[in-house]
Amino acid sequence: MTPKVSVQGVTKWFGAACVLDDVSLDVAPHQTVCLIGASGSGKSTLLRTINGLVPVDHGRIALDGVPIDDPSFGRTGVQRRVAIVFQSYNLFPHLTVMGNLTLAPRRVHGVSRADAEERAMSLLSRFGLAGFANSYPEQLSGGQQQRVAIARALATDPDVLLLDEVTAALDPELVGEVLAIIRDLKADGLTMVIVTHEMTFARQVADRVYFLDGGRIVEDAPPDRLFTAPDHPRCRAFLARILAAGRM
Amino acid sequence: MSDPVPGGPGGPDPSRRPRPPRSRSGDWRAAAVPAAISAASIAVVFGLIGWWVTSAEQWPRIVAQFFSLHAMQVSFPRVLQGFWVSMQIWVVVLLATAVWGLVLAVLRSLRGPVFAPFRLMVVIYIDLFRGIPALLLVLLFGFGIPALNLPGLPNSGLFWGAVAMVLSYAAYVAEIYRSGIDAVHEGQRAAAQSLGLTEWQTMVWAILPQALRNVLPALMNIVVALQKDVALLSVIGVRDAVREAQIYTAQTFNYSSLVVAAALFMLATVPMARLADWVTRRDRARRLQVAG
Repeated sequence: MTPKVSVQGVTKWFGAACVLDDVSLDVAPHQTVCLIGASGSGKSTLLRTINGLVPVDHGRIALDGVPIDDPSFGRTGVQRRVAIVFQSYNLFPHLTVMGNLTLAPRRVHGVSRADAEERAMSLLSRFGLAGFANSYPEQLSGGQQQRVAIARALATDPDVLLLDEVTAALDPELVGEVLAIIRDLKADGLTMVIVTHEMTFARQVADRVYFLDGGRIVEDAPPDRLFTAPDHPRCRAFLARILAAGRM
Repeated sequence: MSDPVPGGPGGPDPSRRPRPPRSRSGDWRAAAVPAAISAASIAVVFGLIGWWVTSAEQWPRIVAQFFSLHAMQVSFPRVLQGFWVSMQIWVVVLLATAVWGLVLAVLRSLRGPVFAPFRLMVVIYIDLFRGIPALLLVLLFGFGIPALNLPGLPNSGLFWGAVAMVLSYAAYVAEIYRSGIDAVHEGQRAAAQSLGLTEWQTMVWAILPQALRNVLPALMNIVVALQKDVALLSVIGVRDAVREAQIYTAQTFNYSSLVVAAALFMLATVPMARLADWVTRRDRARRLQVAG
């Protein structure tokens, strides 16, 4: 079966620093993959290469077997089918929640205003945000803003959803409402790549976990094995630190 | 009895909460004395200076030269007509400057390699037009170009003088716009791009609305400055307020008409300056609210 997302031998330099060093991974359709690792291990950069936000120096990234720089993806490239949610939400502050959700469908995908608003409303209702359609992002809590950001990413009906530490900026009591949505999306069969520091959550939702260290994938395994019996010493040390910090 | 005891028995009792501080409406009495003293000292100092100036031997000559009511009445209709011309020039130059400055700023802020030559051209443009005094540009354009009699182009000094003002002011305005564009957080660009917006769409729908809001107070300042700097066009013979006043002065050797023109400019710029203050305050309040 063709993987939904295929990353082959990707290398990325930021100046003299090699942030991704010959990284390869495949994500099957409907699979949820978690990327874990210390800060600066290259997780977020890897995520951003998948939807073309960060161009790679070497290697090949493909969606359904088609390289992401293929002209068949059209003018706006692979971003039309691979959406990303950021740690800091990055909602547009000058637009209402509804404006945030309908911008890309209307301007990029040519959806009519009525259709875009209908889909946006159904997403907002699903995420418990129906009452906030006309609010501005700054009027919402962090958890609500992040749910809006996820709804915005889904408004264009993407094939793959990338989540970049989406709970890292949230107060602890708000983390749950965002994770609940992600579990819900997994149940729907959405293909997801998740960068997270929530190890308990990763263990619950991931079909496969990749541990990155110094820009390389040093271990990948199903979550039960990676979290209970990691092979690589770096991975063992990382998980021991997380455990000591009470985060698992 | 009325002093509440914190942590007293019986749990929180509403009647035991400390009372809110007394209304501050009595404070004006405390403020009145120092305010009165400072007002009185200012009145005394400036009163003395005023008395000293007006009692001088030359004072009647100054009044006749600058504040002659008769000369003001005679020159007023012409100066007012000229002032009307000034304000028309102001509005047209303002609109053209706003648009042209925005074009320059956007060109300079686009990032693709395709836009590299445009970016360079805008940098050169801004260096050039910020480096030359506006007065010199007005002279060059307002006298120089009509003298060429170029076929198919307007021949009026007013038109070319106004063009010079737009070219000069747009260089400043472009830099203001650009500072607003640069101040928009990088994450906004990433978010727009990741939604599939092109660079141009990102600029129009995500970056510019935020950038314009950022720089509105700074732009208001330019609006006020431009309102009086249109008087520069008088040097090329445009019959604006300053020119009309000068014509009267040249005929009568009385400068009261220039004072009339000055008063008219004040009447126009002071409300604009207050409006600019108000816009700035509102913007500050909005930012503080967001930060809180």
